[in-house]
Amino acid sequence: MSRYIPPEQSKAGQVFDIAVVVVAIFVALWLPLKLGLAGAAKSIDALDAKTWEALGQNATMASIWEKLGYTPETAHDIIQNRFHYIIDWPTLIIMAVVLIAYFVFMFRASDREYRDVINEKFDGK
Amino acid sequence: MTVAVETRETVVHGDRVSLLRVLGPAHVWALGVGIVLVGEFTGWNFAADKGGALAALIVCWVVGLLYTSVAMIDSEVTSTVAAAGGQYAQAKHIVGPLMAFNVALFLVFAYTMLEVSDAILLGDTIVAKAGVEGLTHNSFIAATIVVLAWLNYRGVLMTLNVNFVITAIAYISIVILFFSVSPWTQGAVLKLNELVTPGNALPYGWIGVIAAFQFGIWYYLGIEGTTQAAEEVRSPARSLPYGTMAGMITLLIAAAMTWYVCASLMPWAYLGITYYPLWDAGKLTGSPLLENLLFIATLLAALASANGCINDAARAWFSLGRDRYLPSWFSAVHPKFRTPYRSILFLLPIALAFAFIADLNQAITFSILSGVLQYTFMSINIMMFRKKWPLGSIRRGYTHPFHPLPAIVLFCLCVVTFFAIFLGFGSQLIAMIAFYFLISLWFHFYRYKFVRRGDQFTMPWPKPQGY
Repeated sequence: MSRYIPPEQSKAGQVFDIAVVVVAIFVALWLPLKLGLAGAAKSIDALDAKTWEALGQNATMASIWEKLGYTPETAHDIIQNRFHYIIDWPTLIIMAVVLIAYFVFMFRASDREYRDVINEKFDGK
Repeated sequence: MTVAVETRETVVHGDRVSLLRVLGPAHVWALGVGIVLVGEFTGWNFAADKGGALAALIVCWVVGLLYTSVAMIDSEVTSTVAAAGGQYAQAKHIVGPLMAFNVALFLVFAYTMLEVSDAILLGDTIVAKAGVEGLTHNSFIAATIVVLAWLNYRGVLMTLNVNFVITAIAYISIVILFFSVSPWTQGAVLKLNELVTPGNALPYGWIGVIAAFQFGIWYYLGIEGTTQAAEEVRSPARSLPYGTMAGMITLLIAAAMTWYVCASLMPWAYLGITYYPLWDAGKLTGSPLLENLLFIATLLAALASANGCINDAARAWFSLGRDRYLPSWFSAVHPKFRTPYRSILFLLPIALAFAFIADLNQAITFSILSGVLQYTFMSINIMMFRKKWPLGSIRRGYTHPFHPLPAIVLFCLCVVTFFAIFLGFGSQLIAMIAFYFLISLWFHFYRYKFVRRGDQFTMPWPKPQGY
């Protein structure tokens, strides 16, 4: 099998490729932060009566909260800030499809490239 | 389980200046545990937020099983593919170039975001201790990242010697805390029965346990980083399995002790949101000595982790440059210090930028996402490795037992963890996958043309079966 000779990349081309990768990294990590998509999906279940009992804290728990510097009022938003696990099936299905498609593409495309590597390495034998 | 004598199948890179082979099993342990131990000082406790205190314990053990599978699989493949880049080099030889490119990015993201989390933790801990109004964490974050990058620039041996010492001190502090609170007696200091009750042990039920898998990963995330040192250990076949397995045992013990002490000292709602569970545990014992010890240990654990992460992320990036997957400019080794200095310097501003714009649990989530993608790859990778080169066809430094059970367990737990991330952080997961998809298209259809084909396969193995 003939040996593949890659083109030489110019310095400007190298700098451009580095810039593409840096921009892609920043977009992937920064955009969800900027759009407010990052972070936990939690919300506060507010209570009218802000007492340790109403917050479901027994005497031992209440004493520890107080040792940590909290009152029922200041602890309220921590204790009542809860996850609400409602499965959004369409989103879950989209996520599963995206993940599976990603891995299928990855392994299939990799295999095509890998066959070239093996053929060249072992000279098609 | 077998551990063979030192493999001679090391990678040769022509006449170029290569990385130095100076590390032993203790350094491998220090690299792995050093990266991970910070997870006991912060991060694991967010599992309590997602599912309650008991959920945090359940995932501690179940995710421990996931990582035991990771360590077993990794030890076999890495003791055979002894090259810098760890899982990247494995993917390149077993699956193919595009997978390798993605795995290297998983590694760089996981470690860089972990480094960011460490720096934020360190800055926040100092600010909280100082209690000075107006003092921000920015200068501490910048100093941490820059000084550790300089240390990594100056040489791997010194870097990991420092890691060994500070990791050992941080670990010993957990042991001291554990024995100082009379763990065999409930009621005096520890009050587990009154804090974790049948009514609040699982506040969200079993869906909360599944959701807690996300941060359960943080108990052990990064132990697989031991493989990044493959090209710098004197005896990969011996040092990597021993260092990784010893690290995993160390971490399982530390995780169990940490959960027991913290869940016995603070209500789950507080445990789930604090950034400093062990430092808080030290405070709640009422002992100034323990409080100060755990404060210092939190800083040291964060430093050790950030240090190891810079080491690993730079080696993954360096490997990409060496194979021309990225511009070869990154593949330079420092002529005097023999470190991948350009990669270290390149990743420095990226870490700094995200340390200033992300908060702690966002940075942790980014890191976990990349980690879980990588573990999913590993479960498939080991199946392909055994199929392409069955036992006996090549010399393995270590052969892990019960194959394919660890791979199946790992794959199933990864699926559960993806679902856990979906429960609360689904948007970030989809954004990250979209990124990997797009960057993969860029690599496959454009960048790969600059890569030499046959030269990527550097191991002296026979042709894989089925090709």
